Amino acid sequence: MTVQVKFFASLKEQMGCDGATVEIGEVATAADVWLQASGGKALPANVLVAINMEYADQNHPVKSGDEVAFFPPVTGG
Amino acid sequence: MKIEVRSTPFAPWELLQTYEREMLGGAAGRYGATAVFVGTMRDFNEGDTVRGMSLEHYPGMTERQLEKLLADAIERWSLDDALVIHRVGDLDPADPIVLVAVWSAHRKEAFEACRHIMEELKSTVPFWKKERLAEGTRWVEKNRPGY
Repeated sequence: MTVQVKFFASLKEQMGCDGATVEIGEVATAADVWLQASGGKALPANVLVAINMEYADQNHPVKSGDEVAFFPPVTGG
Repeated sequence: MKIEVRSTPFAPWELLQTYEREMLGGAAGRYGATAVFVGTMRDFNEGDTVRGMSLEHYPGMTERQLEKLLADAIERWSLDDALVIHRVGDLDPADPIVLVAVWSAHRKEAFEACRHIMEELKSTVPFWKKERLAEGTRWVEKNRPGY
């Protein structure tokens, strides 16, 4: 299946891009998507995950067409 | 209810006057308490002089989170109305960053809801600050707890 990956803020700079289209097996979690998109890097402990613009646990399953975002702690306001 | 993520400067007090006149005119007399929070850009942080700031956000998720936050607060505290304006893009010191305003029958609900919205915004809504210092830039890594 195909999912859209997005990176924001410092994570976008570290990854060198703002996202990617990732091909992954039919059964996968957000953490699996991270591994695929990052080339096997460990998911940093403080990174937040959102699936289709809602916060999700890294072990949450993803489905084809999902938008999976990874970003550092938020600092607005 | 109004939320706005904007890339241009805004004047919070003028905006509030306009909003009250144009959007809340029909509710005048019904609410007895208005609580307002305005966050502005400091020219110092972590012991350094800060010359400016860039605010990044996650378009779509930001608006969705803000709408949910306001709708939940309106229901929880039975507010008459609530408003959030938040800047993105490049800011200079003293520029307004965020405006939160709530209207309710009594002060308890107004104070509590305004505080709650602001604290939830700081910890859950996807905005990120990058500071411009005398030498280079740096990301703000986390917000300090407000409680």
